[in-house]
Amino acid sequence: MADWDIKRQGYDGVVAAVPISIPYQRFTPDPAHWWLARALGDLVRGAGLRPSDIDGFTVSSFTLFPDTAVGLTQHLGLTPRWLDHIPMGGASGVVALRRAARAVQAGDASIVACVAGDASHVDSFRTMLSSFSRFAQDASYPYGSGGPNASFALLTDHYMRKYGATRADFGKIAVAQRANARRYPSALMQRELSLQQYLDARPISDPIHLFDCVMPCAGAEAFLVMRADIAADLGLKTVNILSTIERHNAYPNDPIQDRGGWAMDKDELWDMAGIVPEQVDFLQTYDDYPVISMMQFEDLGFCAKGEGPAFVRERDLEITGSFPHNTSGGQLSVGQAGAAGGFLGLVEALRQLTGTADGTQVKDASYGVVSGFGMINYDRGVCSGAAVLAANVTGDTG
Amino acid sequence: MTDPIRKPGRKNPQIRTVQPTLPPAFRSRKALGFTVAAAEGRFCLQRCDDCGKLTYPAREACPACLSMNLHWQDVDPAGQLIAETTIRTSTNSYFRERMPWRSGTVMLDAGVSVLAHIHGDVAPQGRVRMIARTDKSGKGVMMALPEEDVENMADDKQLRELTCDPKHRRVLITDGRTEVGQALAKAMSGAGAGIVFVGLAEQWRGFAGQAALEAIANVEIVPLDVTNTTSVQECAGEIGGKVDILINTAQHTRPGGIMGRRDVVTSRDEMEVNYFGLMRLMQGFGPGMRARGADGVNSACAWVNLLSVYALSNKPDFGSTSASQAAALSLAQCFRAEMAGSGVKVVNAYHGPLEDEWHQPLPPPKVSPNRLAREVRGALQQGLEDIAIGEVALDVRMRWKEDAGVLEKELTQIEGM
Ligand SMILES: [Zn+2]
Repeated sequence: MADWDIKRQGYDGVVAAVPISIPYQRFTPDPAHWWLARALGDLVRGAGLRPSDIDGFTVSSFTLFPDTAVGLTQHLGLTPRWLDHIPMGGASGVVALRRAARAVQAGDASIVACVAGDASHVDSFRTMLSSFSRFAQDASYPYGSGGPNASFALLTDHYMRKYGATRADFGKIAVAQRANARRYPSALMQRELSLQQYLDARPISDPIHLFDCVMPCAGAEAFLVMRADIAADLGLKTVNILSTIERHNAYPNDPIQDRGGWAMDKDELWDMAGIVPEQVDFLQTYDDYPVISMMQFEDLGFCAKGEGPAFVRERDLEITGSFPHNTSGGQLSVGQAGAAGGFLGLVEALRQLTGTADGTQVKDASYGVVSGFGMINYDRGVCSGAAVLAANVTGDTG
Repeated sequence: MTDPIRKPGRKNPQIRTVQPTLPPAFRSRKALGFTVAAAEGRFCLQRCDDCGKLTYPAREACPACLSMNLHWQDVDPAGQLIAETTIRTSTNSYFRERMPWRSGTVMLDAGVSVLAHIHGDVAPQGRVRMIARTDKSGKGVMMALPEEDVENMADDKQLRELTCDPKHRRVLITDGRTEVGQALAKAMSGAGAGIVFVGLAEQWRGFAGQAALEAIANVEIVPLDVTNTTSVQECAGEIGGKVDILINTAQHTRPGGIMGRRDVVTSRDEMEVNYFGLMRLMQGFGPGMRARGADGVNSACAWVNLLSVYALSNKPDFGSTSASQAAALSLAQCFRAEMAGSGVKVVNAYHGPLEDEWHQPLPPPKVSPNRLAREVRGALQQGLEDIAIGEVALDVRMRWKEDAGVLEKELTQIEGM
């Protein structure tokens, strides 16, 4: 058999730009179309483009039904030559980035708008859960209908027993993110959170308590992936993509999830990026629950498996700390706007690396890592992805 | 140890009966195979015919070799609890009314991990044995029980949602004149039923076993003639609001097929009891039970049809009775649909020839009334919906499942040819 391992190509000549976040709302009557349109409009205006300049388009949304990306082209007046619908929840941001980057690099598109957004009506969360996936309908929803809280409670229970993590360890992650969120005006949760308040919160699905859970809400996030030369012509601040990974249904025979797909691909992530974890200035993990952030510290190679609790204890996770993590407050404090939650960390990373993060800016941020995690199809998150990004300090094209 | 449930007090008629809510009812077509097995109390997973891999949840193809040949197969129910949670908020009304709810991940010794309801007496990280049962939606679910029985185990709140335990419940046995009816009255009383109503037609007519029947604890004789609409309606009006379990023991069985009879008189009698009698009971008692499926400790929970296994495929020497039993089975299927969503299980108990005067010429094995009563009691305590009682019934049902067409040819071929 021929050697199937081909060295991955870099993302030369491609950049990410124009991070857009539409401030979240707990409930609104507006449908997903409204949120996606609003984000796309801000993207186009923010880049100084006309809508017709957008020749590539990716959409991620749970509440767009009965439409998909296809319906949105007509709805929003786009005529793209490259179109993708990315239904990967928390992994959508990284996946959109890497697909769009290859399309641009190959010449299939020049400017790709990557957009994610979801509505939040009073009953939309329940109806979404009850029809999330066939496996969930057949084999998880009938067992208490606890939704993601119950699924992640099981992973958390198992992780705590196996690796000795305590609630206080998870609390430290949540408390630091709340401190960060207080510097990000769009975060829905701005009230100060102490570790004691975290520990005293009411149980939701033991060992998950109130401040381990994200608040479902409406919102949208977006960014552009484009040719570096066009970005330069437009005078945009840009970010270089050093490396990306994506993996689905990793380790299917693990009885219960205590590692994600990142663990399969982390060597490639760092090799391709050409940097080591110690050089990273900030990390944006997918934080639907703190245990998942801790798993990402391990599986992305910031520490070894099982060392997540010690890693957290030894570091300051705030913006000004030794290991800035989820600098805008993450979903735990900003809110989870459906699929936009999968873009939250990436869009914040783009602000950090273009020096436009205002109150949450990490000083001299040069390298950032974003990771995504999505879709509890049955008992575990199936999709994972990560990207290493670099500030384009010299204005060169990476 | 589970706290024993207490005998419920008198119901306050001012309080509105709780409307039944349901756990999620939708399943994929493949997953219904699990429900079929669960109704029989069998713990099954899909196994690949080609590579042997066990798989769960229900799939269309084997995730190891992509074979399309997956079949539900009984597997070792032993395992270990590896993670658990106590759910305190739920998006589903049924569970919300019953919070908190314990569920967890069980690693089966067979090599697959599954999500399941967890019995309150299972220790953290403890060894378990799995059961499969239908829930209040009539759909198959798994529950992990402690490896060894513990005291008052059946009283566990979550387990009792899956079972139809007669304990503290009120039972109606529709015909006490037969040995089967009497054996069931004794079995239900012994299982802790609060009241055992026993129906009798023409009460003035004495019968064998009458004194013994009347002496059973908690038995109350009620006038009931399933061949008489007025009698059924009156009985339902009198006690219908407090029947939690109904066991229809009224059966009319006679040898003979079609051309051996000169007219339809005997067949009409068979239909009058086996089909129309059942329908009268369903019309009289069904609505009340359907409304009381969530009515606390003594909620309505089960309707038991005793059916000849030859309802599945005709036995020509009892050909006309078989036909009336087939009609009863079809009616029971319709009844299941009409009771769906009420939380009341419609139990079909298939039995082979009974040890009674009408089956006297048949060779053994036959089913004794005591065995039938014991197995019906067990099915209620376990929460089963489909059971076969006795060797003949087990054999016929197995062959029917394998190939209903072949079974028909077997049962109808001429003896000795
Ligand atoms: Zn196979």
